[in-house]
Amino acid sequence: MSWDVVADVASTICLLGGAFLAFAAGVGVLRFPDLLARMHAGTKPQVLGLILMLAGLALRLRSGGAVWALVLVAVFQMLTAPVGAHLVGRAGFRTGKVRRELLVVDELSDDLAREATRRRAPVDDDPDDRPHPSAP
Amino acid sequence: MTAAVVICGVLIAAGAVLALIRVERGPSMLDRTVALDIVVTCLVAAVALYGALERRTDVVPILVVLSLVGFIGSVTIARFAAVEPQEARRVRTREEVQAEDEARLRSEEADAAGRAAARVLEADDALPDRSGPDDEEHGATPPEVVR
Repeated sequence: MSWDVVADVASTICLLGGAFLAFAAGVGVLRFPDLLARMHAGTKPQVLGLILMLAGLALRLRSGGAVWALVLVAVFQMLTAPVGAHLVGRAGFRTGKVRRELLVVDELSDDLAREATRRRAPVDDDPDDRPHPSAP
Repeated sequence: MTAAVVICGVLIAAGAVLALIRVERGPSMLDRTVALDIVVTCLVAAVALYGALERRTDVVPILVVLSLVGFIGSVTIARFAAVEPQEARRVRTREEVQAEDEARLRSEEADAAGRAAARVLEADDALPDRSGPDDEEHGATPPEVVR
C-alpha cells in the first residue's frame, strides 16, 4: 500500500465530507425557519465544506503550485464570507426579517430602541441639558 | 474513487437543488441571497470534485475567482435591502396604506402652506403699500386654499 493510495483515500474521505456538508446546507436552508438560521446553515459548506473539498482536491493533485493556489482560495473565502454574512445579517435585522421570538438573546433590539428614543428627543436625553433637579 | 465521486456529485447536486427551492420560495430577498450563496458554494464544490476526478490543475483558477467574487452579489443585495423601507417586506394592509397616505398628504400640505406663506411674505415685501389687515388675511388663507 503506497502513499499514493493513502492520499487518494484521504482525498475521497475529504470530498465526501465536503459534499455532505453541501447537502446539509441545502437541507438547512430549506427547512430552517428564519434568516439567521438559514445563514447558519449556509456557512457550513462555505468554510468547513470548502476547506474539506479543497483538501481533497489538493491531496489528489499533489503538485506544489496548485496546492498553494488552493490555500489562497481558502484564505479568500474566509476573508469574503464574513463580509457578506455580516452585511446580510445586519440588513436582515434592521429591516425586520429576523423573527425576534426565536432569539434567545437580543441585545441589539434594546440598543436600537434606546438609540431611537435618544434621537427622537435629543434635548431631553442629553445629560448636559437635563432639567435642573430643583425644577418642579 | 468513481463511486465516491458519484456519491459526492449526487450530494452536491441535491444541496444545490434544495437551495434553489429556497430561492424560489424565499420570503425575502435576503433569504434568496443566502440560498444563492449556497448554490455558488455547491458550484465551487462541483468544480473541485471535477478537478479531483480528472486530476486537472487548470480548474484551480476557477476556484480562486469564484471564492473572490462569490460574495459580491450578497453584499450588493444586502446593501439594497438596508435602504429598503421596513414596510416593503410584506403586503401592507389597507389601514396602513391609508394612514401612510394621510401622513404624506399632511406633510405635503405643510410644505405647500410653508411655500405659500413664503410667497405671501415676498409679495408683501414687493408691495409695501398694502394695508395691515389685508396682509393678515393673505397670511391666513393659503393653508385653507391648499386644503
